[in-house]
Amino acid sequence: MEELNNLLHGFSVALTLPNLGFMVLGITLGILIGVLPGLGGANGIAILLPLTFSMDQTSAIIMLSCIYWGALFGGAITSILFNIPGEPWSVATTFDGFPLAQQGRAGAALTAAFTSSFVGAFFAVLLITFLAPLVAKFALKFGAAEMFAVQMLTFCSFVGMSKEPPAKTLAVMALGFAMAAVGMDTVTGTLRMTYGFPELLKGFDFLIAVIGLFGIGEILLTMEEGLAFKGKSAKIQLNIVLQTWKELLRYWRTSIRSVLVGCWMGVTPGGATPASFMAYGLARRGAKDKDSFGKGNVEGVVAPETAAHAAGTSALLPMLTLGIPGSPTAAVLLGGLLIWGLQPGPLLFQEKPDFVWGLIASMYLGNIVGLIVVLTTVPWWAAILRIPFSVIGPVIIVICAIGAYTVHSSIFDVIMMLVFGVFGYLFKKLRYPLAPLVLALVLGDMAESSFRQSMLLSQGSLSIFWANPLVAGLMSLSFVMLLWPIVPALKHYLRGRD
Amino acid sequence: MTKFGKWAGRALVTAIATIGLTGAVQAWEPTKPVEFVVPAGTGGGADQMARFIQGIVAKNKLMAQPLVVVNKSGGAGAEGFLEVKGAKGDPHKIIITLSNLFTTPLATGVPFNWRDLTPGAMLALDQFVLWVNADAPYKTAKEYIDDVKAKPANTFKMAGTGSKQEDQIITAMIDKATGKKMTYVPFKGGGDVAVQLVGGHVNSTVNNPIEAEAHWRGGKLRPLCIMDSEKLPYNEKVTATQSWADIPTCKSAGVPIEYLMLRGIFLAPGVTQDQVDFYVNLFKKVRETPDWAEFMKKGAFKQTFMSGKEFSDWLGKTEAMHYGLMKEAGFLAK
Repeated sequence: MEELNNLLHGFSVALTLPNLGFMVLGITLGILIGVLPGLGGANGIAILLPLTFSMDQTSAIIMLSCIYWGALFGGAITSILFNIPGEPWSVATTFDGFPLAQQGRAGAALTAAFTSSFVGAFFAVLLITFLAPLVAKFALKFGAAEMFAVQMLTFCSFVGMSKEPPAKTLAVMALGFAMAAVGMDTVTGTLRMTYGFPELLKGFDFLIAVIGLFGIGEILLTMEEGLAFKGKSAKIQLNIVLQTWKELLRYWRTSIRSVLVGCWMGVTPGGATPASFMAYGLARRGAKDKDSFGKGNVEGVVAPETAAHAAGTSALLPMLTLGIPGSPTAAVLLGGLLIWGLQPGPLLFQEKPDFVWGLIASMYLGNIVGLIVVLTTVPWWAAILRIPFSVIGPVIIVICAIGAYTVHSSIFDVIMMLVFGVFGYLFKKLRYPLAPLVLALVLGDMAESSFRQSMLLSQGSLSIFWANPLVAGLMSLSFVMLLWPIVPALKHYLRGRD
Repeated sequence: MTKFGKWAGRALVTAIATIGLTGAVQAWEPTKPVEFVVPAGTGGGADQMARFIQGIVAKNKLMAQPLVVVNKSGGAGAEGFLEVKGAKGDPHKIIITLSNLFTTPLATGVPFNWRDLTPGAMLALDQFVLWVNADAPYKTAKEYIDDVKAKPANTFKMAGTGSKQEDQIITAMIDKATGKKMTYVPFKGGGDVAVQLVGGHVNSTVNNPIEAEAHWRGGKLRPLCIMDSEKLPYNEKVTATQSWADIPTCKSAGVPIEYLMLRGIFLAPGVTQDQVDFYVNLFKKVRETPDWAEFMKKGAFKQTFMSGKEFSDWLGKTEAMHYGLMKEAGFLAK
């Protein structure tokens, strides 16, 4: 087992006292970065990158990657407590995490989120350790058509999720696609729907929309309901972690499925955000009590968090072996590698074994350290909900505004956030589902360019989506997913005729 | 003694500078953090260079105030350029450019031009190389071009970064040279483009050296020719048998194409001459560091430095060239 030897060597590199210190520091910074919506892992690492140039290479990258783990952990906190996703991949966590918090089960939701994150990341690191060369080859098979098939699958696994009438779902989804189309069209290189406003050049940022629709919208609703914060009844239980762990064992099927979805999406590189949506969609389909999803089902927290972390972690694999970052944060880390004279590529594993195996060992250690740090803080985070709304409400609004501003350092975005907030409130009042809008906004852009790239490659023939077993399999699976909800209705109809 | 010598030297330099600056009491220096705008996304060539400079400046303490990199990539970089254009007289905002300084306003009609900004200095020029997959049968550019000519139009697929920007302009130039159109497929970043070629989804790319170097070294890609008038000077071996200097020019291979991309620094409009001088000197110091030399070698950059009138003249000429090329290819905004 050559990998085991390498890994042990890596542990000897990573397991020094200063490096452990950097891990704890990185994780703590990362959690703070993750909690502040909009700041995000990518921005956090970009800001801290220059600070690390005077450090030892391996220590520096260990600290930066720990910030990355910390941000992944931290993103779940605000999603569950305040319905504000700190990171794009935490959106799906709000669907069940926030209702749980409102029922006074914030501690359970947080424990479930953190534990699932750890499980997802841990399996992804195992994958990196033992299957790196194989997986890297698989990633190369993904051209434009395969990418589109993956995005199609994400959409299809999410269809039929909403309890609202299909017409409403379609309407908000169309709105999401329209908003995703604003700004630069990368395929023709021309501007779309900007109407001469320079502020619209960059399009509608997903994060700003989400902070507004979810965070501000929720605050407006709470205000209307007379400033009552529903989580107030939350009891601080110190043994909540152990209790929740017992419950989590029941969801092993969902965990395995989400790990697979996450690893696969991280490697291809579809990214953590689609992975979290897809895992949530699949978990709901696989569950017996579908209706409890969206109303506070722990399984609905487990699925997206496991997948997001598996994807976030395995996204580092294509970055190291191919030089393509699987996520924006990985892109900034990639910049860091280049500055240290480490050229990611197929040869990095052979040329810099100390560095690569040190990094992989730090993934194991960083995640264990991270899990301990976040789990000990669960009761404290849950206790935030006991603060009266009249105190915490304004604080949330300020944090939202800072988050929206940080995305592009633009005050226009803060105004946009408020506008989105009003829309979020109206949509909830009129019972339009927000999730399809968010999904279309985040994936619409990617799906569109993959589709058009495929059409360019095939000279306009749709046969490209059935050109090889991989893409054909993905497309067929999408259609099965799409038509699945009709099956029971069809059965019912046929039976009715007998 | 040495301390005194240094002090005396500094005093002398200051004195000369003071006289030279026609009455200015002291050379200008930033008084707050300097925003370093990158009109492109994170991880691309311009972003890498900006963050690398940020690192050199911090490591060697070349500036008392920190340099903060900010990505403003919206509208093919228009967001970043408009921001600096709007910061009239603000000396604490600089921007690094790529070819989108010329191509974005021409292709989109967004109202800005390099003349709206204050030219600082050219840092280097980035090269373009014609790459094919190492498993492809073509050993030379001529073999590849001959095959393109022999097959029907649109048989060959070229992947590149963005649309109506440098990669597509070069593709249009190749189309013109061969008389056969290639299908150009735009992707978001140079790294993606290289991987598409490694995976065999397209036939060729015109990646910058730094974007494809690792795959070349790993035996996945093969460089055919370089789009400059002369070969690269870097003769250290990259693979077992080849160095950057071994790549022939495209001209010698029968494809008369020359194209280089600007990596330069601009300031906001309306800044004073000594503010410009401060940054020109700063970047001169950056270029003198061994880290920079290493970076240039790794990315096989052309190490031309220009500032002042020489730089403005070069910009005028290059803008006219882009206008001509884009007009011919039909890329101009209507």
